[in-house]
Amino acid sequence: MVLSQPASYSGAAVRALELEMQADPRVVVLGEDVGRGGIFGQYKGLQQQFGAQRVIDTPISEAAIMGAGVGMALAGLRPVVEMRVVDFALCGMDEVINQAAKNRYMFGGQGRVPLVARMPNGIWDASAAQHSQSLEAWFAHMPGLVVVCPGSVQDNYSLLRAALQSGDPVVYMEHKTLWGLQGALDESVQVPLGQAACLRPGSNLTLVSWSRQLQVCASACEQLAAQGVEVELIDLRTIWPWDRETVLNSCARTGHLLVVHEAIQAAGFGAEIAATVAEELGIPVRRLGGPRIPVGYAPVLEAQARVSQEQVVAAALACLQGPRARTT
Amino acid sequence: MNRDDSLNTLRQLYRCMSRIRAFEDAAEIVSQGGVSAYSKTADGSAKVRGPLHLSTGQEAVPAGVCAHLKADDLLTSTHRGHGHTLAKGADLARMMGELYGKASGFNGGKGGSMHIADFSVGMLGANGVVAAGLPIAVGAAHAQKLQGKPAITVCFFGDGAINRGPFLESLNWARIHQLPVLFVCEDNRWSATTASRAMIAGEGASARSASLGIAASQVNGNEVWQVHALAGELIAQIRAGGGPRLLHAITYRLKGHVSVDPAAYRDPQEVLQAQQLDPLLKARAHYQQLGGLLADLQAIDDAAAAEVAQAMAAADAAPWPTAAAAYTDIQSSGDGQWF
Repeated sequence: MVLSQPASYSGAAVRALELEMQADPRVVVLGEDVGRGGIFGQYKGLQQQFGAQRVIDTPISEAAIMGAGVGMALAGLRPVVEMRVVDFALCGMDEVINQAAKNRYMFGGQGRVPLVARMPNGIWDASAAQHSQSLEAWFAHMPGLVVVCPGSVQDNYSLLRAALQSGDPVVYMEHKTLWGLQGALDESVQVPLGQAACLRPGSNLTLVSWSRQLQVCASACEQLAAQGVEVELIDLRTIWPWDRETVLNSCARTGHLLVVHEAIQAAGFGAEIAATVAEELGIPVRRLGGPRIPVGYAPVLEAQARVSQEQVVAAALACLQGPRARTT
Repeated sequence: MNRDDSLNTLRQLYRCMSRIRAFEDAAEIVSQGGVSAYSKTADGSAKVRGPLHLSTGQEAVPAGVCAHLKADDLLTSTHRGHGHTLAKGADLARMMGELYGKASGFNGGKGGSMHIADFSVGMLGANGVVAAGLPIAVGAAHAQKLQGKPAITVCFFGDGAINRGPFLESLNWARIHQLPVLFVCEDNRWSATTASRAMIAGEGASARSASLGIAASQVNGNEVWQVHALAGELIAQIRAGGGPRLLHAITYRLKGHVSVDPAAYRDPQEVLQAQQLDPLLKARAHYQQLGGLLADLQAIDDAAAAEVAQAMAAADAAPWPTAAAAYTDIQSSGDGQWF
């Protein structure tokens, strides 16, 4: 029996949704353009299979899409809420932050909001400032929310299923440019939320990253290996709850931590991980993210917002050299 | 309806209003000094802390509407939600417990007045954000339709909410999907401390609703028998599959925005006039016109006062939530990870 088959990042998500919708009639999809498969093909064929009652085309009304998702969840459904890109989810922010995230708590556990809000994240090539943000840290800051950033085909299948089964409001952040990513998919693989994956073992430095930035980091690991530096690359996968145990165990072995993400470095989630590791282990830590600039349109401007392989390598080497000397 | 039926119905409606009034009057007193606002400072002595939004003067709207609701009908509310919660059938004593912040409250002290709720009777919560209940109501009604349930959702909101985007988004959504939802605009004429009429372009809730193809009906929101009659018609239409309706109830907020707000920004004449149109006074007069005896209603008031006194004593005696409760009911994934 062939367990593993080739699939795309978007196809893996479609398959995950298909299986969850078959298994659980409470799962419905709502959002703009979902009936035609979604703009990234991430709902392809689902309306044909499950009908317009369960794969619901909506107006361009992000607040109502997200808020209706909350109402549906409270009334017994398990909605998948499509926000198109995370940048547009900002139009439904009250509904995510004040309603979905806090409902269970502020009503004393009377209700639950089992809802998966898909908010594709990250720099979308040549799409400029309003379509290129990486906002996982915003949502990670909010009690009540789970935040997932799948970086592989398998994870986009397994984590979407886990998100739908979790019973929590989940901010599910696929990357805007990973849809065509090809990889092996084993439908029997389960990945629990909150569990990181070690993508490459190494003994000199722990490198934590997620989503598309993993690809840059993997190349950087190769380059560093050629220089004799063995890096352990960890895919965090879930931003909240984040896998402290895996990260701390790895750091305890390697003695050095670098966190790299596509999101802006200042107040990014890498700072949280680096601070935690520094507090717990007292080892040298670094974080690397984008500069605090909006993403520009022209290639040269956009490139400034990205974290490059060279920057990752340089940061890794700097981390191994210890703290920067202060010049006064 | 014959005279006895009319009197019976009016007595029931009056009882609902009387309990809301007694509840809020009592809470108002014990909330003084409970929040720093309007040039006053919280002094720590109040039993009910934080902003307490009273619906005094608006009782006829929830009473008249909710009399038509069944247990599996759902309801979303506003920050001014005590009346909706009581009218939907929530236990008064547990509501008072929540206002006191006690473990005996519906939310175990996690919500207070602004998040008063009793999900067990379909009351999906007051909401601290203006217009936030509208999309939730629409989603709940959408679920009811998909589930093939005969139930409906009622969505209360104020006149201030019609200037927020979710109002438009939600009414549009309800109409295109023909959802079983009754939108009830409680037009109390004040948006916090600002007169709404200066802030609303056009003719307001009814006109905006009609422009989206949702039939809107206006009613004197201080005459409970009128609200009851009209809401009954609209709810019957919705239950028959007619899609959404909007009830625009014109009423008046007799108190300030919150209980410590003296509302000095209002014309005293306006308030004086409004006090004479108090829905409880009107209901009493109507009851007498129908041949009823005021003593019947006085007995209801007395019972409500006694019930509230008992609820306050119980809330006072109830334990506070434990500190550990601050860490429960947040999320399942990552439960226990606070840092």
